[in-house]
Amino acid sequence: MTVDRDNDLEGQITEWRAYMHRRRELHHTDAEELEDHLRSRITELTEAGLRADEAFLIAVKRMGSLDELSREFAREHSERLWKQLVLPREPDAPAAARSRRELLVMVLCAAVAALAIKVPGWFGLDMSGDDAGFYARNVSLFALPALAAYFAWQRRVGLRVIAVLALLFILGAVAANAYPLADDSQTTVLTAIHLPLALWLVVGVAYVGGDWRSDRRRMDFIRFTGEWLIYFSLIGLGGGVLMAFTMGTFRAIGLDAEGFVQSWLLPCGAMAAVIVSAWLVEAKQSVIENMAPVLTRVFTPLFAATLLAFLVAIIWTNNGIDVERDALILFDLLLVIVLGLLLYAISARDLAARPGLFDRLQLALVVSALIIDVMVLLAITGRITEWGFSPNKTAALGENVILLTNLAWSAWLFLGFVRGRMPFARLEHWQTRYMIVYAVWAWTVVLVFPPVFDFA
Amino acid sequence: MRITKDLVAASATPLVLGILAEGESYGYAILKQVNELSGGQLEWTDGLLYPLLHRLERLGHVDSAWETPPGGRRRKYYRITDQGRAELAEQRRQWAAVVDALRGVWSTTQSIKPIMAPAWEAGR
Repeated sequence: MTVDRDNDLEGQITEWRAYMHRRRELHHTDAEELEDHLRSRITELTEAGLRADEAFLIAVKRMGSLDELSREFAREHSERLWKQLVLPREPDAPAAARSRRELLVMVLCAAVAALAIKVPGWFGLDMSGDDAGFYARNVSLFALPALAAYFAWQRRVGLRVIAVLALLFILGAVAANAYPLADDSQTTVLTAIHLPLALWLVVGVAYVGGDWRSDRRRMDFIRFTGEWLIYFSLIGLGGGVLMAFTMGTFRAIGLDAEGFVQSWLLPCGAMAAVIVSAWLVEAKQSVIENMAPVLTRVFTPLFAATLLAFLVAIIWTNNGIDVERDALILFDLLLVIVLGLLLYAISARDLAARPGLFDRLQLALVVSALIIDVMVLLAITGRITEWGFSPNKTAALGENVILLTNLAWSAWLFLGFVRGRMPFARLEHWQTRYMIVYAVWAWTVVLVFPPVFDFA
Repeated sequence: MRITKDLVAASATPLVLGILAEGESYGYAILKQVNELSGGQLEWTDGLLYPLLHRLERLGHVDSAWETPPGGRRRKYYRITDQGRAELAEQRRQWAAVVDALRGVWSTTQSIKPIMAPAWEAGR
């Protein structure tokens, strides 16, 4: 009799555990912890004289509803389910209808972005010819407003946030077009590089639904940016194949499709891909969620090894960094990639995990990047004292100082974490806070540099 | 008497940290201790303690480790960190301020009461 009852209880607990495992918000160890709790409660109740099945029912009831429980877990561990914008919604909302409507809005936004890049053409601005500078400065203004609109719709943001978003986009448009910038001037190039960055962070405001003060939401946006880059590159690769086939097959029957590909397929496709990638990240993320952390795992050691080898080579040959301009840009890009690896690894990390070998590797990466950054800074300062300030050099100087600050403090926090003195959350906190600095800098370069340097 | 949700939520962190300051413990034992300390008046939904513990761990206030006592089940134990102790001291100062303020309010309302009561009745 008692044996039967025990078997019964085990069966019930197994079933309960199966329910837990179906929740993506609950990890295996969480389920195990909760099961231990459940069993403790059952033991206590049976010792007080209850039958096993009664005890089980009460224990489960006391645990609280699984919906509420997993919502709390999702809130705490948003990295596990960072599409946590599902949370405020009703769990039983007609999901199919919603996703159909979402698809429709996405297609609409993508179409708007694709058409937007053709609009200047109707006013006689030639993409491949003399007006390339106009397109270079404005490229982010075709797709990113549509992307922000998509998120604003999806997040149901309030009017005030929409007004702020619109204002910032208008400000960007004015900065790119109102200044008398020559097509080949340095400041045009700087605007072409920095405006997309500034506006991407504006998209971030829409992404987090206006809740830009929240660290966790900002981390979600960093995560989103990483995934978006992967999807965008994949779509770009596919698009390249499509274009090659289009041109090749049409040439085979004696038609020249090159004009169509260059003036329609490539620009419109690229703009639409910005939106489609974002939608894919949102809709399909659980499929590829494991991809980006894998990539950081692969490339962090490789980049760390490369940087260390480079440092050893510098010491060995006793050469300083060559002060060629192209070389300096290369180093800036390298540092940005290191920062990207760092950011993405932070965003994908299980915050409660203890420091491991990978964290030490990352610390090595950050420290070697830091040393290289110092050398680059010395080289730039040398160029500035020799040739004076130019827009390019000033921008490079500012960027390196910003990166240096971030890397230095990251290294310090990482060191504290690896030695078990600091929780990992401090590092996360620092990186999400620092996004403000990027935003301020990008807008400064776009708005202040042209007048300060006399539109040179 | 039921203690409202807001109060339960606000007091959860100092309670858990305070209990862990006494020595390491695990979820179920912490919950039972809270129950005992409050004379059964503070009742949490069992499961909600765990997200809280995980949050305290993420913030670095507590540490955790799986342990298997001889002849027992694998169980996750939590212990407070130095940072957690500092946080507890800070929370304690804040709570003391709140309690003082409340005490002040209640002593004044008591002295007002006899004067106020006739005024209300006259108003009706």
